[in-house]
Amino acid sequence: MAYLVSHPDEVKVVSSRFGKGAASIETYLALDGYSSARKAIELGSDGIIAEMKASNLRGRGGAGFPTGLKWSFVPKQSAKPKYVLLNGDESEPGTCKDRLIFEHDPHSAIEGVIIAGLAIGARMGFIYLRGEYRYLLTIMERAIDEAYAHGFLGKNIFGSGIDFDIRSHTGAGAYEVGEESALMESLEGKRGIPRIRPPFPAVVGLYGGPTVINNAETLATVPHVFRIGAAEYAKIGTERNGGTRLFCLSGNVERPGVYELPMGYNLKKMIYEVGGGIAGGRALKAVVPGGASTPVLLPEEIDIGMDFDQVGKAGSMLGSGGVVVLDDRVCIVEFALRTMRFYQHESCGWCIPCREGTDWLKKTLTRFHAGGGVAKDIDNMRYLAENIMGRTLCPLGDAAAMPTIGFLKKFRKEFEDHLDGKPCAYAEQGDAALAPA
Amino acid sequence: MGTIYIDGKASEADPKQNLLHACLSLGLNLPYFCWHPAMGSVGACRQCAVKQFKDAQDTRGRLVMACMTPAAPDTRISLQDPEAVAFRAGIIEGMMLNHPHDCPVCDEGGECHLQDMTVMTGHDYRRSRFPKRTFHDQYLGPFVYHQMNRCIQCYRCVRFYRNYAGEDDLNAFGISNEVFFGREQDGVLKSEFAGNLVEVCPTGVFTDRTLRRHYTRKWDLRMAPSICGHCSLGCNTTMGERYGLLRRVVNRFNSEVNGYFLCDRGRYGYEFVNSEQRIRAAQINGAPTSVTEAKRRLSSLVAGGQQLIGIGSPRASIESNYALRRLVGKDRFFCGVSDGEWERTRAMVEILQAGPARSASLRDVELSDAVLILGEDVTNSAPRMALSVRQSLRQQSFETTQKLRVPLWMDDAVREIAQAKRSPLFIAAAGATRLDDVATATYKAAPEDIARLGFAVAHEIDAKAPEVPDLSGEMRELAATIATALTGAKHPLVIAGPSCRSISVIESAANVARALCDNGHSAALSLIAPACNSFGLALLGARPMSEALAAVQDHGDATLIVLENDLYRQLPAKLVDGYLAKAAHLIVLDQLGNGTTAKAELLLPAGTFAESDGTLVSNEGRAQRFFQVFVPEDGIKESWRWLGDQSWSSLDDVLSEIGTEIPRLASVIGAAPLSSFRIAGAKIPREPHRYSGRTSITANISVVEPKPPDDPDSSLSYSMEGASIQPPAALQPFFWAPGWNSIQAVNKFQSEIGEALRGGVPGVRLFETSTGGGYFDGIPNPFTRRTQEWLLLPIEHIFGSEELSAHASSIAELVTEPYLALNPADAAGFLAEGKPTVVEVAFGGLKQRVPLKVLAELPSGLAGIPAGLTALCGEELPAWCRIERAS
Ligand SMILES: Cc1cc2nc3c(=O)[nH]c(=O)nc-3n(C[C@H](O)[C@H](O)[C@H](O)COP(=O)(O)O)c2cc1C
Ligand code: SF4
Ligand code: SF4
Ligand code: SF4
Ligand code: FES
Repeated sequence: MAYLVSHPDEVKVVSSRFGKGAASIETYLALDGYSSARKAIELGSDGIIAEMKASNLRGRGGAGFPTGLKWSFVPKQSAKPKYVLLNGDESEPGTCKDRLIFEHDPHSAIEGVIIAGLAIGARMGFIYLRGEYRYLLTIMERAIDEAYAHGFLGKNIFGSGIDFDIRSHTGAGAYEVGEESALMESLEGKRGIPRIRPPFPAVVGLYGGPTVINNAETLATVPHVFRIGAAEYAKIGTERNGGTRLFCLSGNVERPGVYELPMGYNLKKMIYEVGGGIAGGRALKAVVPGGASTPVLLPEEIDIGMDFDQVGKAGSMLGSGGVVVLDDRVCIVEFALRTMRFYQHESCGWCIPCREGTDWLKKTLTRFHAGGGVAKDIDNMRYLAENIMGRTLCPLGDAAAMPTIGFLKKFRKEFEDHLDGKPCAYAEQGDAALAPA
Repeated sequence: MGTIYIDGKASEADPKQNLLHACLSLGLNLPYFCWHPAMGSVGACRQCAVKQFKDAQDTRGRLVMACMTPAAPDTRISLQDPEAVAFRAGIIEGMMLNHPHDCPVCDEGGECHLQDMTVMTGHDYRRSRFPKRTFHDQYLGPFVYHQMNRCIQCYRCVRFYRNYAGEDDLNAFGISNEVFFGREQDGVLKSEFAGNLVEVCPTGVFTDRTLRRHYTRKWDLRMAPSICGHCSLGCNTTMGERYGLLRRVVNRFNSEVNGYFLCDRGRYGYEFVNSEQRIRAAQINGAPTSVTEAKRRLSSLVAGGQQLIGIGSPRASIESNYALRRLVGKDRFFCGVSDGEWERTRAMVEILQAGPARSASLRDVELSDAVLILGEDVTNSAPRMALSVRQSLRQQSFETTQKLRVPLWMDDAVREIAQAKRSPLFIAAAGATRLDDVATATYKAAPEDIARLGFAVAHEIDAKAPEVPDLSGEMRELAATIATALTGAKHPLVIAGPSCRSISVIESAANVARALCDNGHSAALSLIAPACNSFGLALLGARPMSEALAAVQDHGDATLIVLENDLYRQLPAKLVDGYLAKAAHLIVLDQLGNGTTAKAELLLPAGTFAESDGTLVSNEGRAQRFFQVFVPEDGIKESWRWLGDQSWSSLDDVLSEIGTEIPRLASVIGAAPLSSFRIAGAKIPREPHRYSGRTSITANISVVEPKPPDDPDSSLSYSMEGASIQPPAALQPFFWAPGWNSIQAVNKFQSEIGEALRGGVPGVRLFETSTGGGYFDGIPNPFTRRTQEWLLLPIEHIFGSEELSAHASSIAELVTEPYLALNPADAAGFLAEGKPTVVEVAFGGLKQRVPLKVLAELPSGLAGIPAGLTALCGEELPAWCRIERAS
């Protein structure tokens, strides 16, 4: 089980109940739990969506899509049942926040799903956990049972006359099923391959019904929006980036961990103050700001606010909130290789640029790091990555290409220094440098 | 149509289509893999990328997948844009990373879409320095050979097999660049359409396992347009021969009939032509004899003054049947099938001629949006039709798709939207059918009750249609449901046929179709015929076999001439023995040895489809011509040549005489151009331009290059030279175009992708809708089961029930053992605990021992035996039989 960290700069909203035993419904209720769902019932669909829009909450799954807007796309009338999906597939390397929610505050996720259901008129929600989170499934299932026992799920929830059910489900270990449409395929028992859009999930989603899919953190935040009020919530963050975010600080920092900070919090400050600086007082080499798929930032580029817009302007992405800090002992070629190994392994195998491109890249990087690289490999890697960018069926291809292009652009010299069979001059301690502090 | 701009040039394009479809329709070369004209787009391979520009000002543009982008009016794209060109070459490079590049030893080589596309994109240098990935191959049965290393992961195979053909034992396994396409374990592919994988797969992963035994490259094949003779649908095929051996059959696109696909009986049945059972030389009383001697004997028997009696055949061409009829005189020409079959066949022809429902082509079947099948397991009796019925089930869901503005070619999205929604399909049959899995409702019953249901549906639709007396509440309810589904559809279709051996079933289907038409619905009717030319024979006209017996008896010294027909498969053995014994002389023309040929005094070797020309009339009423692929060994000849008039010098003469003599067959001559047809003075070559060994192919016999055989019967030549432009569709020997060596070259021959060939639709339709006839009222009584007897019915099998294809060695591997089937409750009384049980079936003085098989879906009171597969196959069924456990 993960241990909890904290820092005075934190603004605890989603994490406000972490470490307080809120996995038990009694505690959750004592901590204002399920009051938001009652409010939402009173507000009704339009009221909920208006509140969500006012909160400026943007999806925490990576793309940062405004949540209220997403919910408003679901048609009011539908011949087919509507669904709410909680995306708990959390598999992006560097990201480890959703699991804290499942462990410490599963009811907030349940309550969020209920509210989303009320907003779109769904009668059924699914909580989808990544396969490796099976140990959290027990906690989640117990919480669901408790909610049923209290009449918060099932027939006539909260005595409102509305029925709402939730089922949990686990993946089988594929990263790609975190992508929303592949997740639906997986949930339907099919191969986890993304779907073609349009039709968009809001119109044709799970089992062909209109579907809202949100990240676990997004949905766990929803009850808090109603608890503290949308306007209050919006105020915490920056413009168009409402509220807080769970940042997963990892790599070579003194105090790695998941910190809840306001949107727009300065990255440099996050590393040097919240994280206590680079472990062992070493020099900073690079930062991956939003999970392994986001382009790397150089030390001189990290004096930025961590919200979707500012990180975008800096040429990277806020992504899933996984901040990975690399110190001067890390070999970028090796880091690029580790990243590529992951995406190659996880390519679903549907489209050629991603499937074959990542494999060629992985093989080239492996040999390159082992000293077998030749000069034209560098340009070829760049070519391969650019050949993937924007040209695949789903963004996994981009996820593999973006960091690679970043590394090649910003650390070309490091690649060149590996040529001619020279031993790696960077990875002082090899893999050890990348191991958790 | 709208205007799109391709590399600055304005072109017409159908806005309902995608850009790949548009480019290919315009004759442009744009490479692709995962898209298939019959299966739409899924965006997997990314091979079809083009540059799209926002408007005339946009010079940067962005890459899009042509197959995923609508050809909306004013779309501006570039195929030649350097970025697009480089990307497309990069895609091939990606595929080639692991492709073994073993073209010289690959059966696909020379007709491989991957080869073609690789050359088209210009990828010609391997930059990767890494070893290639390898897979295990599987045994997939006698039809399809598996070589997984060649896979480029385009997903076409599983999309065809699972989505299009509806079978589930082939799948994609694993992820990343190790996706494997095959079965969970080695084993025979379950789908009756598995052979299409050979053409669907753009590389050499799935190849023709039978071709492998006598392999020849496409460029070395002599090819001719042919018509499949293994059921009544008349699918168009291309046959290929070399060194006197028929090597293989591939699909020949016909937009109205088989489209892009064949069934496995049709694809693999060809090997009967090479069978050991072939009659290759004439025989007199079992001893081989020369052609001259055979001819002499034939003339002396014919001229001998004895009464001539001719027995025709539903599997012989119109020409051959006509030649016999002419020789013996029309009053002494008999149909060669049981009275029951003859009655049903003639009834079907009359119904289709009378209308008002349109006789459905397979394309009509595919486009219908509610289907009622009465008494047929189409997968086993008219296999290719099952594939069309499966596609028809998507029609109603297309409405929702269109409402959501998702184009119909966006295949995965369209299926996502449809979910489990299917157009209504109702199947009433005397047992399980292979389409039950997708049926809205099935009704398992005896033929009488199937017919009653049909009549009841007709009455529900139109009160003027006769009412079924003593209708059970249950059946009325089902009939009402079916009637509602059919009347609620835009293009309802009724399918029936001869499998139940019941004319009432056929008449009830006709009533349903009529009721629909009379009430303003544009209904179609598809009636399956018992054999490939049953309808041709019926149109030609012949007397029933029961009258033949009298004719033979009247003239104790009659000379009987049997045309391509094993009478023991058509009539009770005792009866046949009787005919044959009473005739003074027996002349038999056939292709394979059988019970009838064994008794011939004079046996003449008849040409198969591959060795002769002729015309067949399909179940749709489409007269289609097949052409000789190779000149057979000395002795083998078209039956119409053996029997024909001395004055006939070519097929044209036969056809024009048929036209004059039999006005209802006058249009048959137009099924294909006459033999005098030329393109700029030249014939159409059967051999591709790369045909090798012409000068040396018979050098082991003589070093002198032989003069190629003449072909007086058609405008096809035995040569590599000749017309180089597209011939009329009926004469298209093969599909091949510059840069397009694979079968996908068909793109280059279509008026628009997926639509009719530019040379037209092969064949002529003989049945056009008219408004004759009225309702049938011969409603049978309900079936009542008996306590000690069972009603014995034949069960059709795709592999085995048809006479000729069962002699193909690959098909023979899948032919079921003879059996007698009962439903579990009925079987219980005979089963010896857990042990295989053999029973004795007795009826009409006959006894037969067969293993007992339990068939869950067989209605109680019925017994089934495989059609054409037991010694009882000539008996007239249904018949009440007794069953005993054999000791
Ligand atoms: C390859 C890939 C993997 C993804 N994995 C996840 C994931 O594990 N968890 C998640 O919430 N979103 C993931 N996403 C994003 C989802 O597709 C989707 O945008 C998100 O669940 C929407 O939720 P939000 O609006 O709350 O952000 C992934 C996207 C891609 C392309
Ligand atoms: S980009 Fe990769 S993961 Fe996405 S569909 Fe293509 S192969 Fe699959
Ligand atoms: S086996 Fe053939 S059809 Fe199937 S994915 Fe591979 S290349 Fe494509
Ligand atoms: S469906 Fe009939 S005509 Fe078509 S290929 Fe099969 S056997 Fe031949
Ligand atoms: S043909 Fe267009 S993506 Fe495959």
